[in-house]
Amino acid sequence: MGKLKIHPSLVTESAAKELTKLCPFGAIEYEEKENRLEINSACRMCRLCVKKGPAGVITYEEDQKTEEPGHALWRGVCVYVDHTGGEIHRVSYELLGKAKELAAVTGEPVYALLIGSGVTEAGRSLLRYGADRVYVYDREELSEFLVEPYAELFFRWIGEVHPSAVLVGATELGRALAPRVAARCKTGLTADCTALEMKENGELVQIRPAFGGNIMAQIVCPNRRPQFCTVRYKVFPEPTPGKEAVGELISLPVPEEALRSGVDVLSVTEKPKETDISEADVIVAVGRGAMSDAGLALAGELADALGGIVACTRPLAEGNRMDAKRQIGLSGRTVKPKFILCLGISGAVQFAAGMKGSDCIVAINKDKNAPIFDIAHFGIVGDVFEIVPLLLEKIREVRSHVS
Amino acid sequence: MKILVCIKQVPGSNNVEVDPVTGVLKRDGAASKMNPYDLYALELAVSLAERFGGTVETLTMGPPQAKAVIVESVCMGASRGTVLSDRKFAGADVLATSYTLSQGVRKLGDFDLIFCGKQTTDGDTAQVGAELAEALGIPNVTGVLSVEEIKDGEVFLTAALDNRVLTLKAKMPCLLSVGADINTPRLPSYRILREVKEEQVRFLSFEDFPDREEKHYGLNGSATQVERIFPPEKNTEKKTVEGGVEEMAEALFGLIQSRKLL
Repeated sequence: MGKLKIHPSLVTESAAKELTKLCPFGAIEYEEKENRLEINSACRMCRLCVKKGPAGVITYEEDQKTEEPGHALWRGVCVYVDHTGGEIHRVSYELLGKAKELAAVTGEPVYALLIGSGVTEAGRSLLRYGADRVYVYDREELSEFLVEPYAELFFRWIGEVHPSAVLVGATELGRALAPRVAARCKTGLTADCTALEMKENGELVQIRPAFGGNIMAQIVCPNRRPQFCTVRYKVFPEPTPGKEAVGELISLPVPEEALRSGVDVLSVTEKPKETDISEADVIVAVGRGAMSDAGLALAGELADALGGIVACTRPLAEGNRMDAKRQIGLSGRTVKPKFILCLGISGAVQFAAGMKGSDCIVAINKDKNAPIFDIAHFGIVGDVFEIVPLLLEKIREVRSHVS
Repeated sequence: MKILVCIKQVPGSNNVEVDPVTGVLKRDGAASKMNPYDLYALELAVSLAERFGGTVETLTMGPPQAKAVIVESVCMGASRGTVLSDRKFAGADVLATSYTLSQGVRKLGDFDLIFCGKQTTDGDTAQVGAELAEALGIPNVTGVLSVEEIKDGEVFLTAALDNRVLTLKAKMPCLLSVGADINTPRLPSYRILREVKEEQVRFLSFEDFPDREEKHYGLNGSATQVERIFPPEKNTEKKTVEGGVEEMAEALFGLIQSRKLL
């Protein structure tokens, strides 16, 4: 932690202009008349001005460390177990697998935390997935998710067990719960991590796409505990359960005062079952370069031919060309199909983060410099509207021979 | 009824790249705009004020230029808005951002309802709303789809949670994070734009806040640190086909057959 310091004696017009141009966030302002350089609140502390700017004009001043973190107190990796009425969301198994890997680096335990009503049996099943201890808050009043009581119990549990890291599945429930708990702990929270690593000193390295663009950020939470993050479904592989349960299940009492809530659930309706793109094995994804009616028709035909479904990038969902639930990417869904064909998709990190785990990535794009070709296993530099009709013809031909 | 909507100015385009040689971050100079998800929150707030009576104010944190989104919000029906702007707020993560906003809210006075968009298009975390509710110590609901009724200090609403739709009752004051596409945001009125007065846009800085402990703001108040930024890994085992259309279609067809997709 620290701050940027401007050294006015070194500020010249040319240095100032160079710095203003260098800052990617437009945070450096120059007042020509008074020869005054200022950094405004758009600054993201990327420190490029220090590293790449004219020497010495802006420097980074490290603060004296004031807080003694006392990290030794905090041990273990916890997974918050997401469920609906006791049915565990698969992301929780994936996270348990990852937690075991992370905890092995420092030789610390893996915890699972389960909050709900009638969930104790479900909790027992987690012992086969590598949890050393499964903690359960089971009480009738917890049958519906309410953020205040769930956050309160989660917070109390953290206060007792002191886990060093907490992983939460980035379901809508997880995204609602994690920030309330992290804020109450006054600790950091990194959303939608795409990779996690444990350093030997117990620091959790959290990697995610950042600044909404083609950039990955490596994030740490050096001075506070626990280290909190959320991870999407299908980012990590699901582990195979062990034959026998190891570890123990611990039921915790739910105090009356923890149940207070300013929100009440009056009724619940299940959404009609929709095609879930995260479950599909074959996906034809459409981007800006193929979003015309003709492009969508081609994609639909191809998806039908391959037994897959059509999905899209953000511009299509935002422009109402396709349902938002079909959107792949950070602001949409994460998919991990066996085969994904990207039509006219440039491949921004925002999108790539949502499909990089796919087994076979094929891209067709006219622009040979499109970033999609950096992640595609098989890239075709060409026109979707020429290639796909030919491909469909070939498929039809083969089909007619077979039948 | 007093309603507050939190909004953010985001880059007009997300084309950011790291120069692989120099490591310098390049962002193209496209204009900035109001975070698209905030438009739904603002529309819901303004329509509720019209339906149940009340006023709508907006709040943002950012550089002085963020004034533009406050002006835009006034053109969409807010009575006025505030920019929280100070160099001390720079480098804020989710924790420090939500804390700074909470101080702004405390300074502005009491609100019955606070609205936030689902997430921003530049940060994409969808966490600031819930953390702001926590910092203010008020209930919150995420994924709000509609507000049906407001009476006797309570708001009746529907919200989406994974595969379910919940009908909820929340005590006010509370914070509601609004889902995307739940309404059609009105266009900013150019008639209002011509009449926007200086006093409708207010600036507050660190010095105005109830809590003047520097360690709670900006980079110093942030729990997380960006250790490094880097371009995404490139796939090394890739195969690229260029050439005639027929050739390319044939190659793709071969791949599809080898994958047993037919």
